[in-house]
Amino acid sequence: MTPGEILGYPRADGRIGIRDVIVVAYLVECARTVADAIAAGRDDVHVIGFGGCYPSGYAQQMLERLCTHPNVGAVALVSLGCEGFGREHLAEVVAASGRMVTTLVIQQLGGTRSTVTQGRAWVDDVRAHRAAQRTARLELTDLVVGTICGGSDGTSGITANPVVGRVFDRLVAAGGTAVFEETGELIGCEHHMARRAVTPDLGAEIAARVGKAAAYYTAMGHGSFSPGNAEGGLTTLEEKSLGAYSKSGSGPIHGVVTPGQLIPAPGLYLLDVVPEGPPRWGFPNINDNAEIAELIACGAHMVLFTTGRGSVVGSAISPVIKICANPETYRRMSEDMDVDAGRILEGRDGIDDVADEVLDLLLATASGRPTTSEELGHREFVLTYKSSEPAGPACLPMAR
Amino acid sequence: MNVSETMPYALLVLADEDDVAIAVRDLEPGPHRTSNGRTLEITEPVALGHKIALRSLAQGEHVVRFGMVIGSATVPVEPGSWVHTHNLASNYIVTFAHRGGEQ
Repeated sequence: MTPGEILGYPRADGRIGIRDVIVVAYLVECARTVADAIAAGRDDVHVIGFGGCYPSGYAQQMLERLCTHPNVGAVALVSLGCEGFGREHLAEVVAASGRMVTTLVIQQLGGTRSTVTQGRAWVDDVRAHRAAQRTARLELTDLVVGTICGGSDGTSGITANPVVGRVFDRLVAAGGTAVFEETGELIGCEHHMARRAVTPDLGAEIAARVGKAAAYYTAMGHGSFSPGNAEGGLTTLEEKSLGAYSKSGSGPIHGVVTPGQLIPAPGLYLLDVVPEGPPRWGFPNINDNAEIAELIACGAHMVLFTTGRGSVVGSAISPVIKICANPETYRRMSEDMDVDAGRILEGRDGIDDVADEVLDLLLATASGRPTTSEELGHREFVLTYKSSEPAGPACLPMAR
Repeated sequence: MNVSETMPYALLVLADEDDVAIAVRDLEPGPHRTSNGRTLEITEPVALGHKIALRSLAQGEHVVRFGMVIGSATVPVEPGSWVHTHNLASNYIVTFAHRGGEQ
């Protein structure tokens, strides 16, 4: 399969989707069971949402970006009725994007059963009257690919992560967009990263943002480092960083974005997930899925997830491709993995061979082939209280 | 050493200037081949993904992997010994590993 042969879903903003998901978004935890019941048994209906009752500018921005993501075709908002979320504004943003949207307010509709019935009928109606089709020719220049590592061990940084780095080098050279994360997992690599920045100002921003992350984690009393990391052979945060860093490849870094900030031009971008100022809401991201949601909110059509110890997660909205770094983990958990990068350790293939396989899989996934996590029904989603400010002009030298 | 080459050896040296090699499988003490053509006598068992010192390291000395500093030795380290949290510490943040609420 070659890039020009792939067809995606055209959207009004010019972006092209690789999936056509109907999103059901709950706007407070109290509405979650109703949202789950509306989506139940329907593979193309994904539940996302925000559990908090009090307003959050970050969560508002995230849900606005996610509900207007190119992989999303229509949106049902599920509100209890008295929560603080800006549901009218969210509905306006979705409608303005050209998508069908409905708002179901449980307190107005008479409770659980009537809201579920109405929600399911709306989904049926959307399916019956809106036949989305893959009619837009999708080139590599249209694709935004994110990457994350989770459940890392000593093999992650020597097999799967360098593979992703090689894939990113080729994707960006072909005019595509790649996003890596996260500043807190890159502590110790900041000076090397700064030298790869396309402008000196961007390099200074990168170093400062890693410094911010180091200060944040120090104030928290933690690094981004779990017992499993140490059992797998990683000793220090900067050693883990080095492994994570190799996902970024070797090319120029074109910019820095923050969660929910759309990427303005193709290239290689760093997603800075750490809030400004002292810690207010705890960890920047409480788990891998919180970060995957942020990559998707920046526009990622799919996410390359490298794992050494073995993650099983997928995501709502965008497919996750799991690249297993450790050959023993792959043998134990192959049903959850898309790519066996651990074979590099056994001398069966080189980094370039596995990168070729990932690039082919990336195109097949874009054309609609389900990933293992999609087939297994993984559609995890996490959104918590947090703050985030858009990165300024020094971070985005390629913006027109 | 180019990591894109295939790896028919026990200890992976990611960059020429590195102070540690990475075990590509679980290893017992004894002589083992490195990816840059040396034989190293390792003095204790080491698990896949863990590090072995390629040379003697003085207390406080920077330790380099993949061409980058990954921390400093907290005690003197002999060649062939396992390098981990008992003899290597971060230069940035103390390594915290939580389990069951303990620190």
